Amino acid sequence: MSPLLFWIFAALMLVFGIGVIINRNPVASALSLVASFLCLAALFVGLNAYFIAVIQVLVYAGAVMVLFLFIIMLLDLREEQRRRFNLLAVAGGALVSLGFVAELVLVLRKFTLGQKPFAPIAQVDDVRQIGMTLFSTHNLPLQVTGVLILVATIGVVVLSKRDLK
Amino acid sequence: MALLDSIPWFLVFTSLGKTIFLVFLVVLPMVSYTVYAERRVSALIQDRLGPNRTGFPLTLLGFKKDFSPFLGGLGQPIADAAKFILKEDLTPGHVNKPYFWLAPALAMMPALITLSALPFGSEFMGVKMVVADINVGLLFMFAISSVGVYGIVLAGWASNSKYPFLGGIRSTSQMISYELCMGLSAVPVLLVAGSTSLSKIIDYQVHEGWLLLPITDGKLNLRELLLFLPMVLAFITFTISMFAETNRLPFDLPESESELVAGYHTEYSSMKFALFFLGEYTAMIAGSALTVVLFLGGWHLPFIPDGSHGPIWGAINIASFFGKVAVLLFFFIWVRWTLPRFRYDQLMKLGWLYLFEIALVNIFLTAGILAFTH
Amino acid sequence: MAYTVQRPKLTFAEKIYLPSIIAGLAITWKHIRRMLKGETKVVMQYPEEKWDAHMPEHYRGAPTLVKDDHDRERCVACQLCEFICPPRAIRITPGELPTESKFSKVEKFPQAFEIDMIRCIYCGMCEEVCPEQAIFLRKDYAITGTSRAEMVHDKAKLYEMGGVFDGLVHKWNPEK
Repeated sequence: MSPLLFWIFAALMLVFGIGVIINRNPVASALSLVASFLCLAALFVGLNAYFIAVIQVLVYAGAVMVLFLFIIMLLDLREEQRRRFNLLAVAGGALVSLGFVAELVLVLRKFTLGQKPFAPIAQVDDVRQIGMTLFSTHNLPLQVTGVLILVATIGVVVLSKRDLK
Repeated sequence: MALLDSIPWFLVFTSLGKTIFLVFLVVLPMVSYTVYAERRVSALIQDRLGPNRTGFPLTLLGFKKDFSPFLGGLGQPIADAAKFILKEDLTPGHVNKPYFWLAPALAMMPALITLSALPFGSEFMGVKMVVADINVGLLFMFAISSVGVYGIVLAGWASNSKYPFLGGIRSTSQMISYELCMGLSAVPVLLVAGSTSLSKIIDYQVHEGWLLLPITDGKLNLRELLLFLPMVLAFITFTISMFAETNRLPFDLPESESELVAGYHTEYSSMKFALFFLGEYTAMIAGSALTVVLFLGGWHLPFIPDGSHGPIWGAINIASFFGKVAVLLFFFIWVRWTLPRFRYDQLMKLGWLYLFEIALVNIFLTAGILAFTH
Repeated sequence: MAYTVQRPKLTFAEKIYLPSIIAGLAITWKHIRRMLKGETKVVMQYPEEKWDAHMPEHYRGAPTLVKDDHDRERCVACQLCEFICPPRAIRITPGELPTESKFSKVEKFPQAFEIDMIRCIYCGMCEEVCPEQAIFLRKDYAITGTSRAEMVHDKAKLYEMGGVFDGLVHKWNPEK
């Protein structure tokens, strides 16, 4: 991927990411998040990771965020728009995020593995690769995750049924 | 000038050429003539004639006679387009303006972008007839078409009135539900063809026979015979989900005229309305094209070689692909003017209780057959 | 008290919709086929085909004024049609016949006679009420114009459309 494209999409992603936080309108925030997901997918494409890019769009932009938007629209969130900035909260938030960034910098500087360039992987079928990895080396975690999600689904069904009575 | 040298000019120009050919010479005219076909076929079904007058007004250009070819009314789509462009573009006062303006574009663009991964022909003068031959083509098409729902949702929300909002809500839940069925019903095809790349799926069908019609390669073995049932099931569930995804009758609840006026585009007029219209029909074409690729052998016809044998065969391949798409579009229209609309709970029940389960069972069935005949 | 509607018990074939959908498709296909083969009777293609040849005797078209075979006006400006006209489409300005006229016994004649064809509902009451058989509904049905003024038929136009109607009319009858 040309570095130019990387910088463009990275910058766009950050812009939309900031948009998520500073927009007063919840729908606008959600849409910014979608846009930043799309930019992230573009970055994945730049790394030749088509499968992850497409799944990023399919799952996050196409399904999860649609549900978010759905719920935001159903709730009447006018309150949010009227609320004023609380200076103390903003300062606190800035402090926490600065601390987090500092921590990241400290940790990542010691992580020398990330500075080494990897040898480029020759033409691979990334779907096959991911499938192989998931179902051979990481089979147990996958199964556990599956059971976890199943339990959560059953829990949701039970809870919503109880409300109906 | 290292930068200029590093650009693969041949690739850039052929891709541009393919994009222009696909979008402006094939799909957009196809969209407008699908609208025309919709009107003519509905007329045939209802014992009417439909638009049979508008020819091409050549007298305006100084010719002696207007050109009104065999069917008559073939100039109707052009007249429609001119009408849409010339109409007053009204933005109601109560809408949320930026989103109201964004929504039609969001409805149109994903449908067009999905076409980029579509192999619409074999080879023409040594160039592969697909704009972007990515190895996750099928998932790409699903992903981008799932983004298409934002146009409808935003239109419904930004219009800031009841009917569009209800239409938007309905389309959201409908599209999320049926996306799942559509994805699951395509999985058996992936299992059989062993790839998510659309051109590889077509290659498989060229060599082994179409998935829905396995005798097109001239031979029939046990594996194909056993796979026929799951493939038919997959085709049926896929087609039904496609109807729901493209908001066509019998699942056109987001825009049901009799209940919601026009659903999410009630407040739109002029070209903004036309964009929704175009987006819907482009999605229909993309959906039919995907069905053709997955189940009907793509550009392949029996006894016709691929484009590497000469540009004529390449052109015939492209024509046969769009011919198949046109047949499916006719089917879309035919179904629309036959069936009444589903009730909303029936729609949800059908999606979640039947199609979803059938698609899931179908995956296991296909996998079992594949393991058995391996 | 709530009344529970008994839902019909559906068979399996009805539950999966597909058989009835195919039956429906077959019906619509039959219509397409019959239409393509030209077996279905469709509406008349108006500007090319017209109804003129087999217009029924009782057809009520545009109201017109008629003259008799001596080229005399039959209308005596009694204004009955003006009063009876439900949409008030008729305007008559009566004039007096001069005493030296041969037909001074008739006393009145229409100086102006206007029918506003935008208002006219083709009910034929004017024809029914006319004591002199001077106003008739002819078979003209394509009354068009590019302005409102053009749609108001004046006396000349009405006579032009009406033509001649001979037969006994009271006002020229010296015995009456």
